[in-house]
Amino acid sequence: MLRGACFKFHVSSFRSRVTLFTCLLVYLFPFVPVYLYPMTTYISRRLLQAVPIMLLLSVFLFGVVRLMPGGPLAQAERNPNVTKEQLAAMRVRLGLDQPLPIQYAKWIRAFVFEGDWGYSIKFRRPVADMIWERLPATLLLFGIGFLVTLLIAIPIGVYSAIKPYSWFDNLVTTLSFAGQSVPVYWLGLLLIVVFYLNVKNPWGEGGLFPAGGMYTVGKEGDILDLIWHLVMPVIAVTVGWIAWYSRFLRSSMRDVLNEDYIRTARAKGLPLRLVHFRHGLRNALLPLVTLMALDLPAVFGGAVFIETIFSWPGMGRLFWDAARGRDYPVLLAVVMIQAALILFFNLIADILYGFLDPRIRYD
Amino acid sequence: MTSSVATLEPIQSASPRPESLSALIWRRFRRHRFAFFSAIILLLMIILVLAAPLSGYSATEQDPKNEFAKPSAEHWFGTDELGRDIFTRILYGGQISLAVGIFSTLFSLALGIVVGALSGYYGGWLDNVLMRITDTFLIMPVVFVLILFSALLRELPSLAAFRNSVWIVVVAIGAFAWMWPARLARGLILVLHEREFVSASRALGANDARLIFLRILPNSLGPLLVSATLQMAYAIITESGLSYLGFGIQPPTPSWGNILESAQVHIYRAPWLAVFPGVMIFITVMAINFIGDGLRDAFDPYVVHEK
Repeated sequence: MLRGACFKFHVSSFRSRVTLFTCLLVYLFPFVPVYLYPMTTYISRRLLQAVPIMLLLSVFLFGVVRLMPGGPLAQAERNPNVTKEQLAAMRVRLGLDQPLPIQYAKWIRAFVFEGDWGYSIKFRRPVADMIWERLPATLLLFGIGFLVTLLIAIPIGVYSAIKPYSWFDNLVTTLSFAGQSVPVYWLGLLLIVVFYLNVKNPWGEGGLFPAGGMYTVGKEGDILDLIWHLVMPVIAVTVGWIAWYSRFLRSSMRDVLNEDYIRTARAKGLPLRLVHFRHGLRNALLPLVTLMALDLPAVFGGAVFIETIFSWPGMGRLFWDAARGRDYPVLLAVVMIQAALILFFNLIADILYGFLDPRIRYD
Repeated sequence: MTSSVATLEPIQSASPRPESLSALIWRRFRRHRFAFFSAIILLLMIILVLAAPLSGYSATEQDPKNEFAKPSAEHWFGTDELGRDIFTRILYGGQISLAVGIFSTLFSLALGIVVGALSGYYGGWLDNVLMRITDTFLIMPVVFVLILFSALLRELPSLAAFRNSVWIVVVAIGAFAWMWPARLARGLILVLHEREFVSASRALGANDARLIFLRILPNSLGPLLVSATLQMAYAIITESGLSYLGFGIQPPTPSWGNILESAQVHIYRAPWLAVFPGVMIFITVMAINFIGDGLRDAFDPYVVHEK
């Protein structure tokens, strides 16, 4: 079967070299259609490239955390009731007596293959549990922020590009500079000052929007309450993104509108609406996919600020609490997971780009 | 009809010397109105911040009788929980914030240019290694790593003397911001080192360092300057953010970020405290962004001002 599939593959796309690697893929993924093989090869290659990057990062982080004074035994060392012998025994049990490279190898093996992401010093629970608890809140907040951003930034960008240097475009240009320059933490504080302290809720107690948290106490799981709590964090998240993406989309759309195929479409007498949205916008959105993936590290960074200000129970808040308490296992695991997520989404963006833009070939 | 040569001559004699590059850039920069005003505002901001000792109050001296005074003629921006004048603290904090912004920009730019130059000029395995390292830094969630790294620098016994030093923040921010200048410099060098003037210089016997630093880099001044403005805006926002989270500049040394932090604690009693430091960050960063935009247009020969 393996040989047959390889032969078929060889015939169907003679431009690609059939390597041992592709044969291996045929063997591993027998149900993947043959025309997708170049793509599969590409994905596997990218995954293989991601391995050294992740390894380098893990070595770096492991080194940083190990260089920190204190370490896992800091509490025990300070405790007068713990004898020298007990300390030595703990050291052996935790593997701290072994050379650093071996410690690293054990740690990374447990991290990747056993799902053992360490044990929080402060909360005395597995870090993996804590992260899985917090991840949905972060994804919810930033997923909605992303949707809102696209819903607002795309029309603004398109309109600015269709009517460049109109009063609307000039206004948006100036506003977008302001939006890109406003620090997200300050925006959050201002929102609290305005919508919590000064504008009162006409139907109930307190401000128009709650100052923090995900749910009102006693209303956990109530969708309306959740939306009520989401309003301010989402505004704080999206202002900068809208400014940045609408600007980017404008210039990308302007480039596309100068292309020959747009002139052709207009010459054919297509309605302008179709020219702009079907021929123009579709192509102008392509670079946005890559840009969004590249922005992810900054997005996760923003999470620390937003979640701290609005007491949002997500990963950023978890990290901030852990950093204050010097809870190193939590810090290490959170950064590793975030980096892995960033790499993963970068890969997804590249593959998506290939699907969206047929000019990109993976062979 | 006069010949074309005859009409050309008087023009050339009217301007004996061609306009110098800096004059050309300045003329084009001035035409970008927002950028020009931003440059003036930034200059005023720097003068204001340097004039902090003239305010008559101390940035750190406490005056418990006067806590949470509202903005008035005496205390322009009010006072904080220890009775310190916020206006004065913002000016002194501005010195710190701007200095951190400038020095970490210089640091990241220098590091980035060296890495990018080595990588682009020598290529091969060195390029591969350096670019993988750059990729690794690029996928780091920056704020998280910065918190970790600045905590490490603070707690290392060998760096105990610098525990509360501003330089820790400068190094931390610079050490995780060099990737973008590095990629830019690498690209610029790849493009430029095939050009004739570089080949000519090499043929005359110039060594690699001379080619990189005296021939190639001066010719990519425009993109590097624009990237410097981006870096500086980023550095100022990041410094304030780190200080805001409690991992940057440590009190009692004021910075725009840690003034905001104490403002957040007391936001229910004294909401005005949260407004002013942020306004300063906002204005400074916006001015720098506009200046960057102006520089980009000024250095780009294809930009035609449409007004």
